Amino acid sequence: MSDLAGMIVRAPDRILVQGITGRQGSFWAERMQEYGAKVIGGVNPKRAGEEFLGLPVYATAVDAAKDTDIDVAVMFIPPMAAKAAALDAIAAGVRLLVVLTEHIPMQDVMYFMAAALDSRTRIMGPNTAGLVTPGETFVGIMPAWEEGICRPGRVGVVSRSGSLGTLACLNLVQAGLGQSAVLGLGGDPILGTTTIEALQALEQDAGTDAIVLVGEIGGTAEEDAAEFIATMTKPVVAFIAGGASPAGRKMGHAGAIVVGDKGTYQSKRTSLEGAGATVLDMPSQLGDVIHKVMAS
Amino acid sequence: MDFEEYAAKPLLATAGIAIPRGEAVTTAEEAAVVAESLGPVVVKAQVPTGKRGKAGGIKPADDAAGAEAAARDILGMTIGDHTVERLLVEERADIARELYAAVLNDTASKGPLVLFSTLGGIDIEEAAAQDASAVRRQTVDIRTGFDSAAALRLVDGLDLGAATAAVTDVLVRLYDVWRSRDAELVEINPLAITGDGSVVALDCKFTLDDLSKARHEDIAETGVPDKLTDLEAKGRELGLTYIELDGEIGILANGAGLTMTTMDAVRHYGGTPANFLEIGGQSYTKATPALDLVLANPKVKTLVVNFCGAFARTDVMTEGVVKAWEELKPDIPVFFSIHGTGSKEAIPIVRERLKMEPYPTMDDAVKAAIVAAA
Repeated sequence: MSDLAGMIVRAPDRILVQGITGRQGSFWAERMQEYGAKVIGGVNPKRAGEEFLGLPVYATAVDAAKDTDIDVAVMFIPPMAAKAAALDAIAAGVRLLVVLTEHIPMQDVMYFMAAALDSRTRIMGPNTAGLVTPGETFVGIMPAWEEGICRPGRVGVVSRSGSLGTLACLNLVQAGLGQSAVLGLGGDPILGTTTIEALQALEQDAGTDAIVLVGEIGGTAEEDAAEFIATMTKPVVAFIAGGASPAGRKMGHAGAIVVGDKGTYQSKRTSLEGAGATVLDMPSQLGDVIHKVMAS
Repeated sequence: MDFEEYAAKPLLATAGIAIPRGEAVTTAEEAAVVAESLGPVVVKAQVPTGKRGKAGGIKPADDAAGAEAAARDILGMTIGDHTVERLLVEERADIARELYAAVLNDTASKGPLVLFSTLGGIDIEEAAAQDASAVRRQTVDIRTGFDSAAALRLVDGLDLGAATAAVTDVLVRLYDVWRSRDAELVEINPLAITGDGSVVALDCKFTLDDLSKARHEDIAETGVPDKLTDLEAKGRELGLTYIELDGEIGILANGAGLTMTTMDAVRHYGGTPANFLEIGGQSYTKATPALDLVLANPKVKTLVVNFCGAFARTDVMTEGVVKAWEELKPDIPVFFSIHGTGSKEAIPIVRERLKMEPYPTMDDAVKAAIVAAA
């Protein structure tokens, strides 16, 4: 797996779009191109050798890698085909694989996660909205070009949810701030890059002064990150979605044996506050609070 | 999707794990007939929840008459929030020792996790909470799987005696059930060592990964259907995740995270949400049927439409909602907040066709909706 800094996309990154000829793949590849991202080609086995959006189309990511350098692959691929596409991108040796696809069968996810652990590829997602480094590049399905949402700045944003990550960015811009990097981790239970790794990357990043962490109920990502947050030099402001949502029900004892009573809103809030993070009641409080923590 | 014991155990048997002889029944008379052929039995309530024994839903019976009486007691009983409508009548095992075994999806290791304990039975969670070492754990590389050598390492030093080979055989087969059936969880508690030294699964919980249902249509029908209200069932038919709640503020938002947050905001400002309904992801083009669904709930007094588009284009969603609004002409006030992908096109749609101004923030829209509902 690639080093932590590799999860922040940079202007020179060369991007391959898997599923480029599809409706969503082509829509977002064009948005990336307009933004200035270096999209260098696409994958569609049925249209290999053709040109699309002025770019070469390859049969596989492995084929593309023989022809040109690739740093990042992004998947616009339906769930049942996602495992094969991910294994292809890992075999191609990309530094970063952004898995946008949601609803991938869980054992398929586990399979390509295991393959990635043995490789140089870091995975973001599945079910992520992607990555934005404002003023440099973006990969995925975030409204990077909307000036009311993404603007260069010094606050790092880490979010499991795409829509909430977008809302956090909006609140920062409304407060006169911008983002150093927006890292979409994804809404799935099993993720290639976890909250703690994203926080570690931003703690190291020279362009970041403070961090917004947008979490949600379920899983233990926020609890797991608390110990690291306590050691951080940069302030962390968090919002946890789902305080008003009814709790899910699970069968069997195994879930309780493995995660205990973690995963609830209160468990996450208590862990984060105990680690010194500021936890917001509402995302709209973000502007005021982040100004305050950055000044102190 | 959860499978009750009577539907889960055959999955073990197919994989070569021993289970007691038995049959599922729905009447006391049938229970008597089954017991007649089995001798001493256990009559077990079939409901998709734990703690059946503690609730009185599991009873031993020595003969057909006893089984019929036990069945009459248990049928119709309420366990958790489920009414017992089905029983499993099984031959009674001569239990010498109770073990625990499970395979589940582990988010921390991003792969399968095998659990094993010699403290099987109804108090396994308490035993694990008191002493983490009471349950052994083994992570597995899904690409290579879990073999008998790995199973032997997992039970090493646990003093299973002559049953060791049979127990490790069950563990390997249990892993195969998890893998071949795309399970999220498959759990045997207790896994019994009987008086004659055989190893038998006396209970089983099985949860199928819903995302893999298409690969397992042969068994999906025996799973427990989700308990849905009429509106929730309609939502599912439309491919929308709709959860009906008790409040009066209708919510239409994109993305699970933003929808949950809109509910949080409604609560934070003193209102009550009427539903969870998200139209993000692939369903962002379904704004019209989504609006239809929200308004079909008679408790809804006002509506908040909150879009913060990333993948979901707010112009497409807004066009859908406004078109539906023009068709349905609902008699309730609506409050919009629109940001993100496509908002430059979306905001004029609301302005020009509904003659109203979207609110600058979600909070403002939510507060206005709560005031209007009062």
